[in-house]
Amino acid sequence: MLLLLLLIIPIAAAAAVLAGAPARRTATVAAGASLAFGLVLATLWGAGNRDLGSLTIPVLSKPAISLSLGLYDGMSVIMMLLTVIVAFAAVCTGECKDEHARLWYSSTLLLAGGALGAFLSTDLFFFYAFHELALIPTFLMIGLFGRGDRRAIAWKITLYLAFGSIVLLAGLLWLVSASGAASLAFDDLLSRTIPLEAQRGISAFLLAGFGVLVSLFPFHSWAPPAYASAPAPIAMLHAGVLKKFGLYGLLRLMPLVPDGMHSWLEILLLLLLGNIIWMGFVTINQKRLDTLLGSSSVMHMGYIFLAVAALIAAGGASNNPLAKPAAVLLMFGHGISVALLFALADRIERAAGTLELRNLGGLAVTAPSLAFLFGLAAMASIGLPGLANFAGEILVFLAAFNNWNPSRGLDPVQIATICALWGVVISAVYMLRAYRDIFQGETSHATKSAADLGRAQKIPAFVLAAALVVAGLYPNSLLRFFHPSAPPPATTHSSLHTPPPDPSPP
Amino acid sequence: MPAYLLEAYVVVLGLFLLMIEAFGPQSRKDALRIVAVGGLVFGLILLFFADEPPDPARNAELARFYAADPPARFFKGIAILSTILVLLLAYDYRSVLTRFTDEASSERGTGEYYALPVFACAGMMWMASAADLVLIFVSLELVTVTFYVLVAYMRRNVGSLEAGAKYLILGALSTGFLVYGIAWIFGSAGSTNLAALSAALAPGAPLASNPTPVLFGLALVLLALAFKIGAVPMHFWIPDVYQGAPTPTTAFLSVGSKAAGFIVTWRLLTPFLDAPATRPQAIMIVLTLAGLTILIGNLAAIPQTNFKRLLAYSSIAHAGFVLLPLAAASAGTPHRLSSIAAVGFYLGTYLLMTLGVFFVLAVVRVTCGSEEIAAFNGLARRNPGLAFCTTVLLASLAGLPLTAGFFGKFFAFQLAIEAATTNVALWWGVGLGFVGVAAGFYYYLKVVRAMYWRTPATADPLDLPPLSIYAISSFTALILILGLWPQPLLWMIGA
Repeated sequence: MLLLLLLIIPIAAAAAVLAGAPARRTATVAAGASLAFGLVLATLWGAGNRDLGSLTIPVLSKPAISLSLGLYDGMSVIMMLLTVIVAFAAVCTGECKDEHARLWYSSTLLLAGGALGAFLSTDLFFFYAFHELALIPTFLMIGLFGRGDRRAIAWKITLYLAFGSIVLLAGLLWLVSASGAASLAFDDLLSRTIPLEAQRGISAFLLAGFGVLVSLFPFHSWAPPAYASAPAPIAMLHAGVLKKFGLYGLLRLMPLVPDGMHSWLEILLLLLLGNIIWMGFVTINQKRLDTLLGSSSVMHMGYIFLAVAALIAAGGASNNPLAKPAAVLLMFGHGISVALLFALADRIERAAGTLELRNLGGLAVTAPSLAFLFGLAAMASIGLPGLANFAGEILVFLAAFNNWNPSRGLDPVQIATICALWGVVISAVYMLRAYRDIFQGETSHATKSAADLGRAQKIPAFVLAAALVVAGLYPNSLLRFFHPSAPPPATTHSSLHTPPPDPSPP
Repeated sequence: MPAYLLEAYVVVLGLFLLMIEAFGPQSRKDALRIVAVGGLVFGLILLFFADEPPDPARNAELARFYAADPPARFFKGIAILSTILVLLLAYDYRSVLTRFTDEASSERGTGEYYALPVFACAGMMWMASAADLVLIFVSLELVTVTFYVLVAYMRRNVGSLEAGAKYLILGALSTGFLVYGIAWIFGSAGSTNLAALSAALAPGAPLASNPTPVLFGLALVLLALAFKIGAVPMHFWIPDVYQGAPTPTTAFLSVGSKAAGFIVTWRLLTPFLDAPATRPQAIMIVLTLAGLTILIGNLAAIPQTNFKRLLAYSSIAHAGFVLLPLAAASAGTPHRLSSIAAVGFYLGTYLLMTLGVFFVLAVVRVTCGSEEIAAFNGLARRNPGLAFCTTVLLASLAGLPLTAGFFGKFFAFQLAIEAATTNVALWWGVGLGFVGVAAGFYYYLKVVRAMYWRTPATADPLDLPPLSIYAISSFTALILILGLWPQPLLWMIGA
């Protein structure tokens, strides 16, 4: 019941705004309420109340589909926290004209509600369906309020994501059919086994479908222009939260198709290196802050895929217990940091009137708080220790080398990790250069009269910054949700892997 | 109550309306419409009680001709409901009707327009229950001939006349295919009864070892039925006829006629799909039809600038998606829907979405004078509620999850993928379905784009007649509710 309430708050608020309630106030109250509610629920869940607020409403008898909400495991809790934090910041960020306020705030709330619904669902049908709630609000928001070639970009993201979703639907339907499950509930599905022959095909569909949604190379071309063009709340929610839906789905469903996924491992490693290295160099080449941030968010997905690859290579969470927490922690850190970056980029555009890096400069003189927060977010994005992204990244690299036996040499996953480490250098290059170009040096014509952050704009930014610092200095605040006393995810039925032998003492 | 009395009641209602029309006051035709709608609503209530099949002991012939199983009842419900809604739609459209039938000020020529759909409804109800090829033919002709008149009804409008002529000629051609195919099936199987056909195709029967003649007959009859449901290769009439005919007729064609065509197609296919001798060939024929229909319907809709014509091509596309569960030929298990249940589900949601969008089209036609997509420009500013409802209806047609229209495609893909594990050819259908859905998002969102992104020709607020407000908002609400809770539809199908 409580989770239904958490889900209903943003959706009912969106309906109220559309019907005519005062837009900004309703949206802010709803976002704040869901943030507070989400934090309380997470704390209660962490204290041991696993069945907190879950409910199941049957909506169809044949096949058995129910609107089931529940915090299935630690990953769901952390994703729920990410959603409510970023949603609050998104609602408080960005300005729009009064006549557009209804569409603006209701779209933001619908995106937040859709993401919440997807992460809270424990039934495969609504897990998929809630994610699609974002499609039309995004289309309208980018098309009406975006920057640059917004019409074409709105079409591209909508059609690309629609196509990716339908490929994903086929994969999910094949998964359900091959598993022989009577219902689409996670509990029922995850306890089944899938024959080996079907696993390869199902994994291909899932990787392609989720890959489009997460902008895996080469399905990434929709993402950088879309994030660059979108208004700030949409960019924050898309890059910060909705993208993680694909990774969440992969991590959730991987135990059903471990051998199928393993057969695609080498290709996945090549593709994620494409994300990190190729998109990294593309990002270095960007001349505008918005396209730089858009490409960088695509690049960072590569690291999370690395954790997924480590999980696949090991055959399951029981063989590599580090991989899943690593992925989730990095998803959280990346989501918060990219949301903060997009929010601040929006402020930079309002303050200085431009996002061209060569036209900015010396903004730290006129907007010191903006400079501090952007610096914090940039450092987080690079992976500076003490901030959330570092905790996630270091765990990912450790997970890739988990159970490594030096006498066996390097596996493909480890080779890929070594190549991926270059990504840290690449991101340092473009982020530090962007910071120098925007904030340091001589004040330019555009930045001379720039205004600093007002009090109202500082609140969402500090909320996000606080989340980065807390998760960075004390990762256990999130990792404790993976406490071993929690019921483990369904054990995998991989036939290819036995746990590696302990290295014998020399 | 015996099930077959319901069609008799509907025919008597139609005759009664014609009598009032002929001998009643010539100036006001509203009474006709109200009697028609009231009578059909009563008929819909009777449907819940009309479940007795004909007794084979007392009336053996009728029992062989007439099936009264749950799919028949569901499709009769679709027929009656779509007729009621089309009659309501005709009310808001009446200014256009009067202008093109007689003098613009008098309603003298429009009386039959309220009586003829009732006859078409009776024909569709008989099609839903037809278990014999002869009854299929007769009821199909009743529906088709009635539609010849309904399509060409606006006799002072050249578009309507042209549409009627095209429909007549192509309809006559398809009837030729139908009768020729029935002749081949009768000649090879020895009976026009579908149950007897099933027995003739059973393993061991002489026909099972050489099914070519009866398969040829099946192909010909399927061509005729493809004309009815709007599937490739008999889809050529749809864009021109849909565009030229009066909007309520188009809505009726798109929903009622198509649904009736599908139940007949399923009944005809069942003996062929059940018999091992003909099953692979029948599946291949239906799969080819489905794949081509999805492809051509969706791709041809992309460049359209006229909304009515776009809806025509989209109805071809939807027919392709509905054919996909038939190609999957699934019998239904305790956990999975049967093919006919999936078809019924899709058509049930299709009724809501299509009639909703036709109400919107009729309203825009009457107030803005045009059926082009450009007439929707800036609608969000002129009437935000209408724009929101239209967006929901279009999203449902495209198949966005959390709307009722998603479930149709969900079941179509589910049945196709499950059958694809044993019959690899079905993956073609699924693949073309991907293309279809993506294309669908483009052309439906073209209208959303016009409503929200473009500036309107005039900025005056758009006022809707009250009937349309109720109808459109009810359809939108139903689509959102059924999108979250589709169980009521499943209860009605009786699966």
